[in-house]
Amino acid sequence: MEYFIHIGIVFFIYAILAVSLNLVVGYTGLLSLAHAAFFGIGAYATAILLTKYNINFFVSAGVGMGLAGMASLFIGIVLSKFKDDYYALASLGFNVIVCSFFINLDSITGGVIGIPGIKKPSFFGLEIHSNFAYLILALVFFVIIFLVSRFIVQSSFGRALRAIRDDENALAVFGYKVLNFKLVIFVISAMMAAIAGSLFASYITYIDPSIFTITESVFILTIIILGGLSSLRGSLLGALFLILLPEYLRILGLPNDTAAQVRQIIYGLALIFLMLYRPKGLVGEYEMK
Amino acid sequence: MNILKLKKIRKHFNGVLALDNLSLDIKAEGITGIVGPNGSGKTTLINILSGCESLDGGTIIIDDSLRSKKMRAYENSIFGITRTFQEIRLFEQMTVLDNVLVVLTEKNVLGAIFEKHGEYHLMKAEELLKVVNLWEKRNELAINLSYGQRKLLEITRALSTDAKIYLFDEPFAGLFPEMIKTVMKIIKKLKEEGKTVILVEHNMLLMRELCDEIVVMDNGKLLSKGKPEEVLNKKKVLDVYLGK
Ligand SMILES: Nc1ncnc2c1ncn2[C@@H]1O[C@H](COP(=O)(O)OP(=O)(O)OP(=O)(O)O)[C@@H](O)[C@H]1O
Ligand SMILES: [Mg+2]
Repeated sequence: MEYFIHIGIVFFIYAILAVSLNLVVGYTGLLSLAHAAFFGIGAYATAILLTKYNINFFVSAGVGMGLAGMASLFIGIVLSKFKDDYYALASLGFNVIVCSFFINLDSITGGVIGIPGIKKPSFFGLEIHSNFAYLILALVFFVIIFLVSRFIVQSSFGRALRAIRDDENALAVFGYKVLNFKLVIFVISAMMAAIAGSLFASYITYIDPSIFTITESVFILTIIILGGLSSLRGSLLGALFLILLPEYLRILGLPNDTAAQVRQIIYGLALIFLMLYRPKGLVGEYEMK
Repeated sequence: MNILKLKKIRKHFNGVLALDNLSLDIKAEGITGIVGPNGSGKTTLINILSGCESLDGGTIIIDDSLRSKKMRAYENSIFGITRTFQEIRLFEQMTVLDNVLVVLTEKNVLGAIFEKHGEYHLMKAEELLKVVNLWEKRNELAINLSYGQRKLLEITRALSTDAKIYLFDEPFAGLFPEMIKTVMKIIKKLKEEGKTVILVEHNMLLMRELCDEIVVMDNGKLLSKGKPEEVLNKKKVLDVYLGK
């Protein structure tokens, strides 16, 4: 049972990451590979505030959102100068820069060693001890974020995002300040990723910079491409599939380090296969050009 | 009254002078046709008027207010300008209905987040799409329409604004006769409503029938301007068209 609860928690965290990245990549057509950076900012904010300063989990998550929001606003403005491949490359660059902050601000981030012994959240003096309680917490956050995302994509704002994805210059002709739309969705998405980071840090209780590298950004991207761009349901399906993948391999009885390598190979193959035969992903509505 | 006044506007693309000190006044509430050989700068002119390209020099006055040199396309809604594109540019992976709704609904970021299209928007979209027989197709993706239907959808999208000035870049090109009739009707109706239409088109028969005035461009310059029957019979105009 504990095992399923664990899988459930990890699933909700990655579902939040995938849904939020899909708002930017799938709906708006901005190929961002910096999502792990915002995930990391949330995780570090919570790890530091909770562990070193004994600040309430929810406050720390709020601070993480705020920091990720500010960082993403700045990054979004710089990225708005780039298009297509260059946008993706520049966003990778920002992920590397944010990671190097995690490594080099070692007096507060613990450098390469990271931060161990992160506490569990407490709720009106009640500490969330059991994994089951944590599952509920992650579920609540996930549901809120999913509903907010759905509200956004079904609004007039969401329609404008899809129009930006299809032809932003044509949209501008009809009176839209396109840049504002791109910045707002980028910031919202980053703040959501920060929440996933806060949940992750206090659940795993140990973080270091290697968790938030570009490999992680690529992993989240793989989830949404697998599930389907422009589909929130697709992101959930993609997350479920890729979170469970290591578990299938374990069932197959592969030794751990072989399994890890096989997993990387399967991620790579899955991406190539999708691009070739199913560019819309499992249930997606939008085909990447 | 002249709604548009262009003074010595200039635009070049690495070496090519697409608009060469072009000065031109365009009358309000009527249809002005722009003709000229390929590459004479017609599309560039439309792009400049709609803020899609920036200006190298000269001034543009729209309805007595100056349009700044640093063009911003989103200001079209302030100046009351809308347009179609010579090469169709729809929101291809969106439905026919969404292509129209996106122009009808809120354009301010915050307003748009808290707005879902309402009955009013739907009724307006239905009215607009029925004119071009696309209401039945409202749930299809734009990319899956025929060429002619896509062209009509683009025109409908332009009509979804409440503009005063309509810029149409070859709206008839590639259309079947039935669809040409539909577009003619749309353009005539705009004129009746007191709108200003600027129409780029190569089909001279259509131009004679529709336009109150015709502007002939050649090499980014104004060659001739006047009533269709006068202008289109001038020797220098015929020369440019038939090759000297
Ligand atoms: N984006 C661009 N980059 C480089 N050159 C351009 C660009 N746009 C237009 N030109 C050049 O400017 C000149 C005018 O082009 P424009 O498209 O305005 O002509 P046009 O009158 O619309 O022609 P057509 O009847 O073929 O549509 C041409 O020589 C064209 O090659
Ligand atoms: Mg042209």
